Amino acid sequence: MSEPAISVEHLSKRFRLYHDRNQSLKAAVMRGRRARYEEFWALRDVSLEIAEGVTYGFIGTNGSGKSTLLKCLARILEPDEGSSRTRGKVSALLELGAGFHPELSGRENVYLNGSILGMAKAELDRRFDDIVEFAGLERFIDTPVKNYSSGMYVRLGFSVAINVDPDILLVDEVLAVGDEQFQRRCNERFADLRAEGTTIVVVSHSLSSVQAICDEVAWLDDGILRETGPAGDVIDQYLLEVHQERSDGQAHATSGRWGSGEVTIDELEVLGADGRPLDLVRTGERITLRVRYSAAAPVAHPVFTLALHTLEGTLVTNPNTRDAGFHPEQVSGSGYLDLMVDQMPLLPGTYDLSGSITDSSGLHIFDHRHRALRFDVEAGARRDGSGLVTMNGRWAMTDPVRHGSAP
Amino acid sequence: MTTVLELRRHRELFTNLTLRELRGKYKRSVLGWGWSMINPLAQMAIFTLVFGFFLKVPPPTGDPSGMHVFAFFLLCGLLPWTFLSNGVTGGMGSLLANANLVKKVWFPRQILVASTIGGFSVSFLIELGVLTVALLIAGNMVVPWMVPLLGIVVLQVAFVLGLALALSVWNVYFRDLEYLVGIGLQFWFYATPIVYPMSFVDKALEGRPELLTLYRLNPMTRFAEVYRDLYYSLRWPTLADTSYLVACAVVSLVIGWVSFNRLQGRLAEEL
Repeated sequence: MSEPAISVEHLSKRFRLYHDRNQSLKAAVMRGRRARYEEFWALRDVSLEIAEGVTYGFIGTNGSGKSTLLKCLARILEPDEGSSRTRGKVSALLELGAGFHPELSGRENVYLNGSILGMAKAELDRRFDDIVEFAGLERFIDTPVKNYSSGMYVRLGFSVAINVDPDILLVDEVLAVGDEQFQRRCNERFADLRAEGTTIVVVSHSLSSVQAICDEVAWLDDGILRETGPAGDVIDQYLLEVHQERSDGQAHATSGRWGSGEVTIDELEVLGADGRPLDLVRTGERITLRVRYSAAAPVAHPVFTLALHTLEGTLVTNPNTRDAGFHPEQVSGSGYLDLMVDQMPLLPGTYDLSGSITDSSGLHIFDHRHRALRFDVEAGARRDGSGLVTMNGRWAMTDPVRHGSAP
Repeated sequence: MTTVLELRRHRELFTNLTLRELRGKYKRSVLGWGWSMINPLAQMAIFTLVFGFFLKVPPPTGDPSGMHVFAFFLLCGLLPWTFLSNGVTGGMGSLLANANLVKKVWFPRQILVASTIGGFSVSFLIELGVLTVALLIAGNMVVPWMVPLLGIVVLQVAFVLGLALALSVWNVYFRDLEYLVGIGLQFWFYATPIVYPMSFVDKALEGRPELLTLYRLNPMTRFAEVYRDLYYSLRWPTLADTSYLVACAVVSLVIGWVSFNRLQGRLAEEL
């Protein structure tokens, strides 16, 4: 393997917690010394290497040091011990449109922002139309950005940053900008960058997006590097531990549970056509996925979500009632909700079923049971190669005479 | 950390940030660039009225130019002073003003201070240009002195840049430094022969050579004198003055550079 794109060696970063956040000369003179502060280590002895072309994610709870590490890579923060080295041009997407001047036009700001991100004028001239088109702001490019909507502002910032053509791209929680169409274009652009061999480092709270785009993941816990490795493995271990902590040990070893508890999931079941629980499911069979819930007090407009994961952590499907247009008015007491599957599409393997109940915004989690039920799938009546699912397709040929028989 | 090489790589950023300073400052104001002229003109009017007319401060007679106009005498010292005062105040605040950038993007942070000074330098040059035209109209043949004047401007830019670099980082750690510097600048203004001629000081401090030496240690005293030598009196400044200014510029730049590099490590955290 060639030299790593990023190598971090024994990096430690210390922050000062001031007791009186009063940075003034007057205060310093009165006290006769500088402000009193406590020190704490945001990062402690972190070493890792990121190979060229890899998409890498940092995960961890709030305050685990993942953003600090990213800022150290971006050179915004200086490590107190150890070092981090990057090879090639680094572009950091920490805040979109940082450095935009409200009085200047979009055009002037593209050039300004581009040069802040290290782009040369000639390069910007060449990319200018792309940038504007990508942001979808052709009509407004000569308007001062103070008249932009926040969406336009962020889109332009993103568009400049993503067109820098960096060797290393550092991204902090900014993947979700703009409307769906813009989102899709961003994802395409990310895919392009990855294909071009750009090393991408992502910090995100959204484990599903980390899982979707990252090859490898580092898990930080209280400033200490807990684990590095393939995305699925590390995320699983992380989820396991984090959610075990929150569920006060009541869940079993392979699963986790969290949520505020107004509504709880009592059980997840896989039922056969006869309504009896199955522990072995066959591909193509008619099954029902049942969520048994109970609510102490009525809860309005809950959203039920199920998720199927492989043991490796790949998400197979993630159906929810809201997207399906099924809107239960409210839930109270105990009851159950069924997802009926006429032909089970999973191919043989072992799968984990997770369930969650959230409020209508999806942001507030009442109860989430991660990988609460594990079941095996065996081959059914039809065989469909290997993989995760069958599409239940039929093979057909329009010209049976020519292709009909092998010579 | 930051090497001169890295600064070189970011020279386009310097240009763009300087342009941002200039464009942002006057854009969408009624008079636009006119504002950069009105401020010094208003100051000149006030000082001329108070010191030239009410207090009857006599302007020295230019030798060999023979010029004897208080307004011109004043402007030759006032314009450089305004540049220093704006540059130091603006430059030292530039890190705080761009805190958002410092916390989000890496680039040599010196550029923020330098581009602020750059913006004021351009304004200063324009003001000097207008002064040049006015002096020519008034009959002072300043054209041959424009080149040496530019040399002095370069020295002053370096001097101001050094001050601003050092103060800008300190200002992040001690936020009230700005007010202190504001007061300091007022003292400094009157400790410099801008609204009064040097001959006043010579007379007042007669027989106290040590105080006079102290007074003349003030770099702005020398700057004011040298600018006046070149543009008001149309003569070469003394070698002593010029070399003193070179030394001041170098020392200021070195101190600014060193303290900036020593203190910039935790900038993103302290902002």
